[in-house]
Amino acid sequence: MEDIFRSIDGFKKWLSENKEPDTASFLIDRASSIDKDIKAFAFLDKEKIKERFSCLKDGRLKGVPVGIKNNICIKGALTTCCSHILKDFHPPYSAHVVEKLLEEGALLFEGLNMDEFAFGSSCETSYYGPTRNPWDTERIPGGSSGGSVASVAAGELACALGSDTGGSIRQPASMCGVVGFKPTYGRVSRYGLIAFASSLDQIGPITRNISDAALLLEVISGYDRRDSTSVNREVPKYTESLNKDIKGLKIGIPKEYFIEGISKGVKRRVEEAIGVFKDLGAQTIDISLPHTKYAVSCYYIIGPAEASSNLGRYDGVHYGLRSEKAPDIIDMYINTRNEGFGQEAKRRILLGTYALSSGYYEAYYLRAQKVRTKISDDFKEAFKKCDVILTPTAPTTAFKIGEKTEDPLKMYLSDIFTIPANLAGLPAASIPCGMGENDLPVGLQLMAEPFGEEVIIKTAHAFEGATDHHKAFSLEE
Amino acid sequence: MQEESKNTIAKDTVKHVARLSRLSLTEEEVTVFQKQLSSILDYIEQLEEVGIEGVTPTSHVLSSMKNVFRLDEVSPSLSNDEALLNAPDKKDGFFKVPKVIKDE
Repeated sequence: MEDIFRSIDGFKKWLSENKEPDTASFLIDRASSIDKDIKAFAFLDKEKIKERFSCLKDGRLKGVPVGIKNNICIKGALTTCCSHILKDFHPPYSAHVVEKLLEEGALLFEGLNMDEFAFGSSCETSYYGPTRNPWDTERIPGGSSGGSVASVAAGELACALGSDTGGSIRQPASMCGVVGFKPTYGRVSRYGLIAFASSLDQIGPITRNISDAALLLEVISGYDRRDSTSVNREVPKYTESLNKDIKGLKIGIPKEYFIEGISKGVKRRVEEAIGVFKDLGAQTIDISLPHTKYAVSCYYIIGPAEASSNLGRYDGVHYGLRSEKAPDIIDMYINTRNEGFGQEAKRRILLGTYALSSGYYEAYYLRAQKVRTKISDDFKEAFKKCDVILTPTAPTTAFKIGEKTEDPLKMYLSDIFTIPANLAGLPAASIPCGMGENDLPVGLQLMAEPFGEEVIIKTAHAFEGATDHHKAFSLEE
Repeated sequence: MQEESKNTIAKDTVKHVARLSRLSLTEEEVTVFQKQLSSILDYIEQLEEVGIEGVTPTSHVLSSMKNVFRLDEVSPSLSNDEALLNAPDKKDGFFKVPKVIKDE
């Protein structure tokens, strides 16, 4: 099958020249045929997509298929967070990012699979079953935005949106060999994103190359009064940060990210990438982020604590599932939540409620918030010496389906390198940097200061100019 | 996960937290969650190594953040029908729930 989604520009050219009698049906059937083996879609509503195709606005994304993670609301489209408790939920409004995409003419594909409520690093906790890695269908695509990422990596769609709370865009992007970008906290409105951990969540693009990510970021960024944490700050022309020289750029390499537990293949690729940057005239500087090792602990208090509070709203009253076993209101709440939430959701609700409960608040939640400050301070110190920080995105390449489901802690540790950027609110992206163990993709992560998206874009773009890693495609014969 | 946890939380605590969360767990689930939560808490214990005296807790990552106010003016919002669109049960423009007060 022809790879029509190598880049957004390339696809637009294909679109203007194609001779398909029914373009919408062609694109939908093409996606669903590739998806048979991948299962990136939790569900696919062909009629709805066709209807959208017939009334696209003119804009920079006219006709471009964009996948929407199933926790981002599209008015009237089934949005369940891949949880049984939100079954049949059709939001009466659209997310800010969805409005922005529609204004630019994007063709939205909803229903991309994810871990239930974005709780997971492997896309295995979805109510609809797991998504598979396009490079090896026995393996996980990473998570939680596994469906969004797999749809792009498999060439089903041009690009997609995901959400990133502890690495949910970057970790799967790394494992599937595509670009995943988590913007600065507050850069993109969270209005219409179903909340997981409100102080960490951010929506971002998943694309085949950094130029496409820059374009999507430009489209979805900006102030929105409906999100009280949205920052009122001008959106730079991200697409103009491409093609900029990185001579003399100071790249910080934190020693705490090259620890035991990182696989040989990942380490080798990332070290090679550092070599490429040196050849491009960048300067590498050894830095230290001493509190890195506490990031996972910190996150697994703050994340579940906020989640347990956010998930309090699922009570069988306003939307979604209501248990049939509802003799009185309290039993109705309990039975609805018992039937509606999966095991990982229950685990996080319990952990979060425990951490916030009377007598434990100071020992856990308050302490974690203070450690969070220390982690942010590490970055502030580091950015006095460098412009951008380079690390591996994930410690290993994609693991097998079922490999880590019995041991939640092991699963949590696969986000060890992505969590710090969320805790500190920094922009961070994962870009492909070659193949590691089992011939599977490896990603390198670039982090910058708050609102430093442009330096990440120019750094990534220089790397793409010097290497071919981003051109590797899973379905190539 | 096999070894004994230092931070073993009592089964009763698991049940108590479940009650607070409006969940009810089977005995089997209580056993599984007890083990898993204890092992997670063992890991999290490392936070005690970090010196946090005098450190301000992060409640928001961006220091430039200010409280957001707006004028008390009517602006577009969901209609009654739209708000009830997804309700599992409704009556006369309200959400309908099972009996709250029990008959004697």
